[in-house]
Amino acid sequence: MPDSFFGRVFFLLQNYWESYLRGAGNTLLIAIVATFIGVIIGLIVGIIMTIPKELNENPIKTGFLWIVKKILFCYIELFRGTPMMVQAMVIYYGLIQYFNITMSMLGAGFFVVSINTGAYMAETVRGGILSIDKGQTEGAKSIGMSHFQTMLYVIMPQALRNIMPQIGNNLIINIKDTSVLSVISVTELFFATKTVMGVYYTAFEAYFIACIIYLFMTVTCARILRRLEKRMEGSDSYDLATKDTLAHTSGMTGYIEKEDK
Amino acid sequence: MSDTEQILRVVNLEKSFGKHKVLQDINLDINKGDVTCVIGTSGSGKSTLLRCINVLEIATAGNIYFHDKDILDRSNKITDYRAKVGMVFQHFNLFNNMTVMENCTIGVRKVLKKDGDYAQQVAEQFLDKVGMLPYINAKPAQLSGGQKQRVAIARALAMEPEVLLFDEPTSALDPEMVGEVLDVMRKLAQEGLTMIIVTHEMAFARDVATKVAFMDKGVIAEFDTPEVIFNNPSNTRTKEFLSRFMNR
Repeated sequence: MPDSFFGRVFFLLQNYWESYLRGAGNTLLIAIVATFIGVIIGLIVGIIMTIPKELNENPIKTGFLWIVKKILFCYIELFRGTPMMVQAMVIYYGLIQYFNITMSMLGAGFFVVSINTGAYMAETVRGGILSIDKGQTEGAKSIGMSHFQTMLYVIMPQALRNIMPQIGNNLIINIKDTSVLSVISVTELFFATKTVMGVYYTAFEAYFIACIIYLFMTVTCARILRRLEKRMEGSDSYDLATKDTLAHTSGMTGYIEKEDK
Repeated sequence: MSDTEQILRVVNLEKSFGKHKVLQDINLDINKGDVTCVIGTSGSGKSTLLRCINVLEIATAGNIYFHDKDILDRSNKITDYRAKVGMVFQHFNLFNNMTVMENCTIGVRKVLKKDGDYAQQVAEQFLDKVGMLPYINAKPAQLSGGQKQRVAIARALAMEPEVLLFDEPTSALDPEMVGEVLDVMRKLAQEGLTMIIVTHEMAFARDVATKVAFMDKGVIAEFDTPEVIFNNPSNTRTKEFLSRFMNR
């Protein structure tokens, strides 16, 4: 074991890079998959929570919707209001003790982080929907769109663009917060680091490496999401359309691409 | 009007927000080809009336008949009705996530369930009519107010509605853009499109309208031909309102 700090760091990396890599891989996998599932849960819940009561609605539908909304409300409050570490314990050991189900390591990770993210995303999506000007909805209604069509074609594309930064936030939070899954022995980065540290009691060096890896993962993910956001915005210029084919050479476009057919 | 097919009939319509009555005893008949201008002071209920007709606001009492069908009745689908009654808003309400062309085709494709080629054809026809055909690839944010409003008119026309409602279509525009929008509306009136127009453009109303309704404090105070309303109004409030407007 070398004496200098960097010597020790390199020593650990040399001997345990595989543990670190596997840990980081699991962390990233759980964070990305769980954020993705969480966003989908959030979209569904957020959309249901914002369904308005319509004129001449069937009272059975109104009642059913009321119950569903209450249940979803409880879901959001429950999972936002308790720590993810405790949720992991309750779900993992609860399933073992009372249902005789032992979740696989990754399965438990996906499950706990997904439903936790879903609860936060539901509120984010609801906020995204509310942020779209009421005029957009009225414009859609005025040409006869149903609520579902209005959401699908008009509101959600705009709301999604608005909540992209928040989705990025959630991904970064999840990369870091998967560390709490170590309490149910998921071998993510934190768990792996703890193991490495335990061999020579080199706590500072071992966690220093973990720090760098976490930072690298979060910064990279943030960068990629920024790119994606830019892409969603679309181009900020447009071409004038003309039927004069000579003008096409000057950058103007035709009305319909398949004109020559 | 030679053709007197009735399209819309509003009977004893009433609307209140809480205790505040915004509309009462509204009776209005709209026949095919009518260009009805609704004038009156701000807060007199003009816009609310239009929004009630398109069921964006739900009337507190009264009935609205569309070809003798009560549209507030449970058995009739609001979306089918709205597809036949177009609306142009003060603030355009174009879909910000779509290009001009998509704005005009989405309703034809998804509400009328026509195929894409047909939708494109119809959209081109009406965008040409409002003079916005060169801008089909633009997004609403890239257009001026007057251009946006003309696209909004094309979007409504692409649905080939039986009645087109205009809610102060020029009130949010810069003065130099008002003309281009009014020109389009004038053209539509000449073609015999049935329209209900809430407006503050008195000269336009006098030129184009076949009927004028003057609203005051939530009631239709006077309803007559533009000649009578503008030259010889019987209601004192109408007189006051118009003299204030004309002396500006």
